[in-house]
Amino acid sequence: MSFTPDIQAFCCHYTSQQTLAEGKEGLKEDGMPENVTLNRLVCTGKLQVSTLLKAFEDGADGVYVAGCPADTCHNVKGSQRAAKRVAAIKKALSELDVEPERIEMFHLERGFHPEFIEAAQVMNKRITELGPCPLKGEKK
Amino acid sequence: MIIAERKPINEIVNMVSDAKKILLLGCRGCVTVCSAGGEREVEILSSLIKLGMQKQGKSVEIIEGTLVRQCDKEYIDSIEQWKGQYDAIVSMACGVGVNFIANLMPSTRVYPAVNTSFFGGSADQGVWTEQCAGCGDCVLHLTGGLCPVARCAKSLMNGPCGGSVDGRCEIHPDVECIWQSIHDRLGRTGNADAMKAIAPIRDWSTAGHGGPRKTLRDDLTV
Repeated sequence: MSFTPDIQAFCCHYTSQQTLAEGKEGLKEDGMPENVTLNRLVCTGKLQVSTLLKAFEDGADGVYVAGCPADTCHNVKGSQRAAKRVAAIKKALSELDVEPERIEMFHLERGFHPEFIEAAQVMNKRITELGPCPLKGEKK
Repeated sequence: MIIAERKPINEIVNMVSDAKKILLLGCRGCVTVCSAGGEREVEILSSLIKLGMQKQGKSVEIIEGTLVRQCDKEYIDSIEQWKGQYDAIVSMACGVGVNFIANLMPSTRVYPAVNTSFFGGSADQGVWTEQCAGCGDCVLHLTGGLCPVARCAKSLMNGPCGGSVDGRCEIHPDVECIWQSIHDRLGRTGNADAMKAIAPIRDWSTAGHGGPRKTLRDDLTV
């Protein structure tokens, strides 16, 4: 049975500049999966654990965060903070017997880079293989 | 402050697995400062409980609230505002809060969401260390302000034990030997002679070994 995952991406202003410049159609041409929804933030350091969990509550099968390289974040430690919060959710998912790789942190260079699209493709492939998120509930 | 840590989420979900409506209560006291049970943690746990229940094919309504404290009757009484809207309370306060709810609300189911760990302080951002054991008979005036009851792995009253190496504890090498630190500190503060005194055998009845403790301040009661 075919399965198209709902993937929510949270990207900082700097790593997602490409989205502004190219728009949805341009990204699609570059190979951005259409089932990845981009949520832009001023900085991933602004992300709260509860915001990422809400994405799962709202039906996401996978969630990822794209922030600056850990040692050169525009806001110094923003992407390091985001990585810690992603790690906290990985732990919580494990406690719930859900695959922790359903959430991931990517540290990407700022500006235009193929890695921005690659991150989306990696997650799309991974989550498609994992199947629907068990947090959506077992069918009764 | 009292340091606590959230229980594993599956443990919490199993506690409340038959509840349909939960009142999830944080506390603005110690557990807010140690990021275990404040408003933000209530928001996170609320999501996790919903997700955990959803995974089991169940749905649950959660009311989120955070009390000023859960160790005072006047604040526990404010739970009345949610009367009839829940069938179980999950408290993110320390064990005192859970007990207070249980004491004051005899017919209400209440569950703990955190493990209450110790009395401590912030050693660094995100790091808390035990500093006091609440033993009820403070000896800090004899030990340079450093507590051997809480901070010596053996709670020795006449230390060090002889097992420490380079000022580190033989049981936990990542922890300083507090008796080494006590000796060093008393020397630095011109009080080295204090170490010559032998502490007598300790009466631990004040430490809770004689049953639950109570403090009565007659000047404060009316």
